[in-house]
Amino acid sequence: MDAEPRLVLDDISMVFERGGQSFTALSPIDIRIPAGKFVSLIGPSGCGKSTIFNIVAGLQLPTTGDIRIDGESATGTIGRVAYMLQKDLLLPWRTVVDNVALGMEIRGVPMKEARERALPLLHRYGLGGFETSYPSALSGGMRQRAALLRTLLIDTEVVLLDEPFGALDAQTKAQMQEWLLQLFEDFGRTVIFVTHDVEEAVFLSDDIYVMASRPGRVIDIMPVDLPRPRDRSVVSSPRFVTMKKYCLDLLHSSAEQPAAEPAAA
Amino acid sequence: MNTKLLAGTPAVMRAAHSGQAARKPTEQRRIVRKLPVQKVWSTPLIIAAQIGIFVGLIALWEIAADFKILDPFFWSQPSVIWSTLITFFAQGDALTDIVYTFKSTILGFILGTTAGSLLGMSFWWSSNYARIMQPYVICLESIPKLALAPLIVLIFGMGLPSKVAIAVALTIVVSTLTAYAGVRSVDKDQERLFYSIGASRWQVFTKLVIPFCIPWIISILRVNIGLALTGSIVGEFVSSEHGLGRTILYAGSTYEISLVWVAVLVLAALSMVMYAIVGWLEKVLRKGVDH
Repeated sequence: MDAEPRLVLDDISMVFERGGQSFTALSPIDIRIPAGKFVSLIGPSGCGKSTIFNIVAGLQLPTTGDIRIDGESATGTIGRVAYMLQKDLLLPWRTVVDNVALGMEIRGVPMKEARERALPLLHRYGLGGFETSYPSALSGGMRQRAALLRTLLIDTEVVLLDEPFGALDAQTKAQMQEWLLQLFEDFGRTVIFVTHDVEEAVFLSDDIYVMASRPGRVIDIMPVDLPRPRDRSVVSSPRFVTMKKYCLDLLHSSAEQPAAEPAAA
Repeated sequence: MNTKLLAGTPAVMRAAHSGQAARKPTEQRRIVRKLPVQKVWSTPLIIAAQIGIFVGLIALWEIAADFKILDPFFWSQPSVIWSTLITFFAQGDALTDIVYTFKSTILGFILGTTAGSLLGMSFWWSSNYARIMQPYVICLESIPKLALAPLIVLIFGMGLPSKVAIAVALTIVVSTLTAYAGVRSVDKDQERLFYSIGASRWQVFTKLVIPFCIPWIISILRVNIGLALTGSIVGEFVSSEHGLGRTILYAGSTYEISLVWVAVLVLAALSMVMYAIVGWLEKVLRKGVDH
């Protein structure tokens, strides 16, 4: 364990003023994520997951609090994290390799070199033969792969993944999860992952932050003590099932009684 | 099998039956007929029909004028128009006029489309600037530009610049509005992605906004070539030394109706050529953009 976690959300809250009324999107939360960990946020819609991501990515300023990456304040600073949104957002006029190289290009790597760096990864991670295709020629799963590679090729320690597999069919989703675990071990980044899918969260994560809505808040933190590397068979183990049930029960009970006192862990 | 369902069904049917016993429902006709299929003619037959109609109309016109059913003084006559066409080209004025109109149209088209697209895309740069400019753009849109033609000719003189200016006035507005509509439809999430990577505004503009707007700009090329031609002709109507528009005005004022027809025919041909060029340009550009 590092002394200072890689990513710290210190007392972050978000209050919107709308027509004289204030609306709390996020009541103050503290999240500490050590380097190289995979952390998931799960919760119902409107629990502030996307707000958290926007704030961490520097796209929105929090009402209170501070974001620190490696001990350095990053509140309202863009370019400190790699952010993958739910949509793949591949540019239709760019080839797959040029899409994957976009982040490097924006961060000053000459296009030729960026392509050279992207190519071997496309081959290694199942996009070989599609380098010069356009995104319209790819399947949903392949588009997400390209988008994920684009995200990982951005030279940042922290990676934000906002429901990257939300729109995929069940089988592709399972494949993508295993593929993501592979990438996670290969790249050794710190990942925050947002999902609605409890099973997905338990399968992938080291820690799960369970959230509730109205106002958005963290109601529990559940460490996932399943050994890594994990494979698909883990989902039927008793430990996995217990943790999944625990999360589901938490989500269920918080949905029944909203706006109770926020239970910090 | 569900016994409840079985037991319930006849009761429901009985109820429905007794309710409708008073009025006998209209019975549906039993229809058995073939799917109507249109016989498709072969292409040569279609072309033959097209040529036939053309030849027939011309012949009708010629004969009607011969028998004074159509007054040849106002309507002229195909045979006369044909001989006028030959003299028009033989005298050598034809080429000067065609080139003149072509040049002002193309110049107006290029300048208007480029300036309008740049102006429209520039509104992305600042929402304050876009909001300040909005009433002016709406004004520009609602002014009947052709009504300003006499003024534009006064300002720019009788030569080519005034024709180009009118063509620009017509094309620039459409281009601006279309490019601005393109800019506004840029995906906000796409922008967020760029910013999250740490992109500057200039990078977002050049790598996202401009490529995104290019298909929008391509889509206005066809409209603009027609508008530019209209602008040039109106400019020539107002005052000019050359051009097909001037030829039409001149021939009309001297009751040389056959020359009016010749100029209109040449203009139609010129317009077709320009549409073909733009159509080809559009195809080439789209090939580079659509995937």
